[in-house]
Amino acid sequence: MVEIADLSLVNWSRAQFALTAMYHWLFVPLTLGITFIIAFMETLYVKTGNEEWKRVTKFWMTLFGINFAIGVATGIILEFEFGTNWSSYSWFVGDIFGAPLAIEGILAFFMESTFIAIMFFGWNKVSKKTHLLATWLTAIGANLSALWILVANGWMQKPVGMVFNPETARNEMQNFWDVLFSQVAVDKWLHATSSGFVLASVFVIGVSSWFILKKRELLLAKKSILIASVFGLVSSLYLIMTGDNSTRTIANDQPMKFAAIEGLYNGSEGAGLVAVGLFSTSETDPNNENLKDFSMKIEIPNFLSYMAFLDWNAFVPGIHDLIDGNEKYGYMPAVEKIERGKVAISKLFDFKEAQKAGNKELANTLKAELTSEDFQNNYFKYFGYGYFEDPNDLIPSVPLTFYSFHLMVGLGFLFVLLFAFAFYYVIKGSFTEKRGFLRFAIIAVPLAYLASQAGWIVAEVGRQPWVVQDLMPTMAGVTRISAGSVQTTFWLFAVLFTILLIAELKIMFRQIKIGPKH
Amino acid sequence: MFENLSHYALQQYWWVLISVLAALFVFLTFVQGGQTLIYSVGKTEGEKTILLNTLGRKWEFTFTTLVTFGGAFFASFPLFYATSFGGAYWVWLLILAAFIVQAVAYEFRMKPANFLGAKTYEIFLVVNGLLGTLLIGTAVGTFFNGAEFSLNEMNQVLWQNPARGLEAVLTFHNVALGLAVFFLARILGLLYFIFTVDHEAIVSRSRKQLLYNTIPFLVFFLWFVVWLLLKEGFAVHSETGEVFMEKYKYLHNLLQMPLVLVFFLVGVVGVLWGIISTIFMKSGKGFWFAGTGTVLTVFAFFIIAGFNNTSFYPSLSDLQSSLTIQNASSSKFTLTVMSYVSLMIPFVFAYIVYFWKAMNRKKVTEEEMSEESHVY
Ligand code: HDD
Ligand code: HEM
Ligand code: HEM
Repeated sequence: MVEIADLSLVNWSRAQFALTAMYHWLFVPLTLGITFIIAFMETLYVKTGNEEWKRVTKFWMTLFGINFAIGVATGIILEFEFGTNWSSYSWFVGDIFGAPLAIEGILAFFMESTFIAIMFFGWNKVSKKTHLLATWLTAIGANLSALWILVANGWMQKPVGMVFNPETARNEMQNFWDVLFSQVAVDKWLHATSSGFVLASVFVIGVSSWFILKKRELLLAKKSILIASVFGLVSSLYLIMTGDNSTRTIANDQPMKFAAIEGLYNGSEGAGLVAVGLFSTSETDPNNENLKDFSMKIEIPNFLSYMAFLDWNAFVPGIHDLIDGNEKYGYMPAVEKIERGKVAISKLFDFKEAQKAGNKELANTLKAELTSEDFQNNYFKYFGYGYFEDPNDLIPSVPLTFYSFHLMVGLGFLFVLLFAFAFYYVIKGSFTEKRGFLRFAIIAVPLAYLASQAGWIVAEVGRQPWVVQDLMPTMAGVTRISAGSVQTTFWLFAVLFTILLIAELKIMFRQIKIGPKH
Repeated sequence: MFENLSHYALQQYWWVLISVLAALFVFLTFVQGGQTLIYSVGKTEGEKTILLNTLGRKWEFTFTTLVTFGGAFFASFPLFYATSFGGAYWVWLLILAAFIVQAVAYEFRMKPANFLGAKTYEIFLVVNGLLGTLLIGTAVGTFFNGAEFSLNEMNQVLWQNPARGLEAVLTFHNVALGLAVFFLARILGLLYFIFTVDHEAIVSRSRKQLLYNTIPFLVFFLWFVVWLLLKEGFAVHSETGEVFMEKYKYLHNLLQMPLVLVFFLVGVVGVLWGIISTIFMKSGKGFWFAGTGTVLTVFAFFIIAGFNNTSFYPSLSDLQSSLTIQNASSSKFTLTVMSYVSLMIPFVFAYIVYFWKAMNRKKVTEEEMSEESHVY
């Protein structure tokens, strides 16, 4: 009934998407944050007229320019990849998903690219005030582009505001505001942009610390650290808050992802939070290699229930509750969902058959059934489950999501400390003596990138096997093409992006070494 | 306001917007065209620097227009997005690769420790200029000549040719369009140099090159147009939606939509006047005539591809799988929402024009290159 695409095709397509997306995300967060930092600096320049602030501004702008170019280069491929590699998905969701992408282009990318040209080339061509405005608009444009793409991604995590149309075999938008103001989308935007602010602040402090260690550009370094530590401190607290909100949203909308990131196999009331844990190599469940035992864990009692539902004794479902079902708390067994999904799929195909055979009456009856509220809520809701046979396939990789999540959270708290100390030392003027701290600040830069990538692994690996939660499994979204072709393009991009990354890093390091112009 | 329009009216509105974006994109490929001329117009390092900086301040517009074109196509005609990108896989990926290398080239070329060397980044720019225009033109050729795909009942694309889109080059009519776009981009690039650069040697070399590029452009363009008007086209039955072949379909489209015919003719005259006035009358404003002409001509091509009951993405394998603006579009609701968003376009356009003018007030000169703090 439903053809399942060849597994190696799906895996290569996923690998290619993950590769290109992760490359893109190496450059995006710095852009999101450093544009604001630059805007603060330039504002101070325009306010005080102090030429030193202009020098500081221009130095960070140079680094931003290098990062921006490669960010754009890696972005264009992502947009078109939806069509090239996920064409079945593109049709299935295009009616909703396309809109944010188009709005992003019209409202955000043009803003960014117009004003960035003024930012770089306009110093001698437009007035000081206009230039400052351009810098601010570049920052706002960058963060707006993040909004629209995250609205799209948020919709995939929790499809809302649409209805399925059997005629066209796709989802159609019914309420734009539901899509835009979906809790998931809002959480994602706030969290992802503030993670960019944090990353950029860590970056600025790290680079400045290097100057101090080398006893160069002390004035520039201190001014930069001052701005970045304040911005970073505020952003990092906000980041934790938005991350915490995301967690709660996931607990409600994507309980399987939630169970995976927390390593919760068996649900309970008053569930404890595993703050630190290590998986062993043995499985708790012989049927699923993703379910590894903990070999060590530190647990905080009742904390998970509180975090997820703001109630110390709430029931939190574990992976087994979601797969085997739990009558007491109202969780349907996965086999039942699979059955219902198959009913939904076969009814859709019956409708298509009737239509093809020209049997109008039957087609109309079936269409009425398909679109009835009862059918939508009890069967269509599980449409995607119908593609599966084995309930164990519904479980994402627990170790990968668990470790990524804990790494991200741990680093999130660490950065708060980093900013607090940086601020304290710079105010006290004792920065130059704290060599240990300066070294740590440099090491923190790659850690910020790590946290940022880990966040996306949580979000994306955690929702597997879904590309659109509960409606479309990843394997059903893929373009029918030979796995070999995708493999070839995977390597093409792997090589190309790696070469460009090496070039970018070398240029970046050299520009830092050269330092600001005099 | 948009709620009251019919679904078909909205589909037409969005096809017009897609056509405008496509037309602007082709106009903006003057950047790509210019990139392929850096060696023939710029003989010294200094001259090359001037050329690359002249183009480098505009490349983002072309790039962003391409990105927005993709996004807008996805939002308004998702079935095309799924069918063409997923189907003609290799063509699109090659085009994308050519734009990926462009995006870093300007910024990285002159930076110390750039790993690949300035020369490599220049080659990236030439590759982008060549493949970007040639392949996009060829791909658009398939709007008139068809492609080998079929769609199943779930609207999934099944491509019938293992070359995954590269087979388009076997149809000379497609390639003729690709070559016409390529030479047009070069002409626009040259006109842009003449318009913005204040440097004698560059301007006089550009004038000479203009002549060399106009001849092949005319040959391929005329070839494309004449064949287009004489060939059979993919017509759609206005009631049943059935697709069938019609003799002189595109000629009929032009004649049945006189306004589009006017756009087309004015556009062609505009391009020619831009060239002629520059070569023979030493005018410096040819860029605007040729640019406006390009926009009008490309716009007319897109309209005759999709309007007047025509299939804009015909299938050679299964005629009834052909895409039309009606069967490939988004739902009425989505098009309505997107139409409200489109009201922002004039505003976006206005600020782009305003700042473009502010930045182009002075011509680009040699002195500027040494004074500027950010030079490519
Ligand atoms: C510097 C990077 C960084 C840091 C320190 C944190 N995050 Fe984060 N996080 C991200 C960068 C990030 C991200 C890369 O921006 C993600 C990926 C998807 C998204 O929307 O944001 C993300 C996703 C993400 C998700 C998954 C959202 C989803 O699946 O839709 C959760 C639950 C959290 N974060 C929670 C947290 C918490 C509780 C943190 C507390 C300290 C935290 N994050 C720190
Ligand atoms: C930019 C940061 C992003 C990163 C690092 C990232 C990472 C990943 C990873 C690791 C996968 C593979 C998951 C797996 O194999 O289990 C994936 C898949 C995917 N992601 Fe993301 N992602 C990002 C952004 C997005 C966004 C914003 C969207 C949508 C707008 C998106 C849509 C998809 C799709 C369609 C797939 C393929 C299907 C799938 O495997 O789920 N991604 N991504
Ligand atoms: C799969 C999802 C994504 C797609 C399809 C995508 C697409 C693109 C494209 C086409 C560009 C180049 C735009 C130009 O012409 O200037 C770009 C750049 C950019 N994107 Fe993405 N993007 C994705 C994920 C993200 C995410 C998750 C964010 C932020 C949260 C983001 C933020 C940006 C920013 C700030 C830029 C500006 C360039 C830079 O990286 O410095 N993008 N993106």
